[in-house]
Amino acid sequence: MKRFLTSGMAAAALSLPTLAAAQDAVSFDQKVNDVFASSTGWFVNLIFMSLPGTSFPWIVLWLVVAASIFTIYFGFIQFKAFGHAISLVKGDYSDPDDAGEVSHFQALTTALSGTVGLGNIAGVAVAVGIGGPGATFWMVVAGLLGMASKFTECTLGVKYRNEYPDGSVSGGPMYYMTKGFKERGLPGGKVLAVIFAIFTIGGALGGGNMFQANQAHAQITQITGDFSGLITGGIFAVVVFMVIVGGIKSIASVTEKVVPFMGVMYVIAALIILIVNADQIGWAFGQIFAGAFTGLGVAGGFVGALIQGFKRAAFSNEAGVGSAAIAHSAVRTKEPVTEGVVSLLEPFIDTVVICTMTALVITISGVLVMDPATGNFVLNEAGTAIQTTDGSSGVALTSAAFATGFSWFPYVLALAVILFAFSTMISWSYYGLKAWTYLFGEGKTTELIFKLIFCFFIIVGAAAQLGAVIDFSDAMIFAMAVVNITALYFLMPIVKREMNSYFGRLKSGEIVKYER
Amino acid sequence: MSQRIVLGFDHPPRVFCRIGGGENRLLFKAVTNRGNIMSQTTLIVGLDGSDAGKRALDFAASRAKLIGDCRILLVYVIEWSPFSFQTAEENEKRHARREEELNLARERVIDPAVAATQSDGCTVEGIVKHGDVAEILEKLARKHSASQIVVGRMGERNMKERLFGGVTGRLVAASSVPITVIP
Repeated sequence: MKRFLTSGMAAAALSLPTLAAAQDAVSFDQKVNDVFASSTGWFVNLIFMSLPGTSFPWIVLWLVVAASIFTIYFGFIQFKAFGHAISLVKGDYSDPDDAGEVSHFQALTTALSGTVGLGNIAGVAVAVGIGGPGATFWMVVAGLLGMASKFTECTLGVKYRNEYPDGSVSGGPMYYMTKGFKERGLPGGKVLAVIFAIFTIGGALGGGNMFQANQAHAQITQITGDFSGLITGGIFAVVVFMVIVGGIKSIASVTEKVVPFMGVMYVIAALIILIVNADQIGWAFGQIFAGAFTGLGVAGGFVGALIQGFKRAAFSNEAGVGSAAIAHSAVRTKEPVTEGVVSLLEPFIDTVVICTMTALVITISGVLVMDPATGNFVLNEAGTAIQTTDGSSGVALTSAAFATGFSWFPYVLALAVILFAFSTMISWSYYGLKAWTYLFGEGKTTELIFKLIFCFFIIVGAAAQLGAVIDFSDAMIFAMAVVNITALYFLMPIVKREMNSYFGRLKSGEIVKYER
Repeated sequence: MSQRIVLGFDHPPRVFCRIGGGENRLLFKAVTNRGNIMSQTTLIVGLDGSDAGKRALDFAASRAKLIGDCRILLVYVIEWSPFSFQTAEENEKRHARREEELNLARERVIDPAVAATQSDGCTVEGIVKHGDVAEILEKLARKHSASQIVVGRMGERNMKERLFGGVTGRLVAASSVPITVIP
């Protein structure tokens, strides 16, 4: 961590000359890249290491196995409590006298704005582009399992949050690690919490910041043509600064309204394309099921589809990472389980609904090239991915697929990517800040230092092609999951006790809906 | 032989009859839907800190004087929806912010209004709540078996209100008790 920060500071000092002399930027990027690659490469390799003899990253297996264990341990809570989750979000069980406090709906949408984003648009295109339509099946399976992980971490997040005299709350894995382990008489809670907080800061600056700025800039240049990332980064940094430091609420509230609108619009556009091609939906599902078990000739066959599907779901909904537990813990409720139940909707909306929409549109649009004779997909020259009609991949592939329905959609999509990137940054700035204050204490100055570092990294992320830095920060986010899930295994009996108590009282009629 | 039967009623609504020169006998009394005797007339006044709210309060106070045994509920609603979108930081501070909002509304609007009206000799209570104005006024009217709701006319403030109607319009559409709108 210290090395990470000092390199960041070095970058700060070095980036000033690049403003004056843009031609030096390449060598500067290269320098930072090299320093990072040599010093952090081992960490990235460790996190994304494949299981022996396969190309399956162990971290993905770690997340999926945990999700499966939680699913069984909590008796398929994601299916049993689904209806109750919707009832809670509607406010059926909210005390009218608590009006004005944070509602279940608000906690859910705040957490969602941190996860719905590039993963749903670009990540899915990568998965389907490499793993074929069959990847969708495994993505949905992983999404459904991930709901149980979210339930576990968010219940704990609310149960062990800190409530301060001024009424504000702080919650998240750091708090359930320390307090929960103490309650169970287990050692090492504090150590886990500190490691988790360090990874969270890294993840916030990287995946939650530089990666977002970088991709938003890439998306803008696709439309406008190439220009310096310093401009995009600078603008983003100023706007984020105004929101998180200046407390300019109007910007945040505009984004908060526009982002869900964009999400809904994205789903509606996908639905229209699907309805127009309704006759092909049966075929598309056939492709998804057939591809899930045979691979339909994609790179790596059935295993390739499985890896891609699992990977994308895990990367997209962050179930088990621990970030959501921070966002969900602000809700007003006397029952921690209620927020856990609400949070299980998050992977459902993010992965099962939005990601599946993207995958279906890509499959139906016909942008993936298929051999009519064999019914198998045609691979590109390198044999690494399915050939597409215009050679695009990632977000450009999604764009091309949607353009088959609406020619103007790429512009909307570009706007959506920028806004999603922005809202993800705002969310992660908060997660990072919580980890930061956990390590260094609460206080105006300490908070300001983190916020300034955060804004600075936006510029770095947008301006530089720092592949190694971004790999490192992605690795940080998944390192969070290693620590978090370890803690969840030790604390899951507490969640089970809470769950049984709550649902018991719900069944006995002790907990009832409020009259509206 | 014919007897004179006199029917009489007073306020709170009780109906009497007197047969011939006998005593007044209570025939029946009006009860609220919650089962208690409607001993007082309750007026609900929506305040928003504006002149329109002030006019509504003045009107209600003058009516209360005429009615006699009357209770006025002054209601200030802080516009809030559980379905709005907030940042994580706003969520964290929400509880404290809510307390501030409630205190501010009590200090600035409700307490002065309660003090001013009480000097006129009627029972006055102040209520501050978060939510939708029309919905809350209607709910309180039902809860307290109010005989009417008095509000000031605000006019449509923005595009949304022009299209879908302002608070007053929605209140009129949804209310279960009479509404008096003060221009």
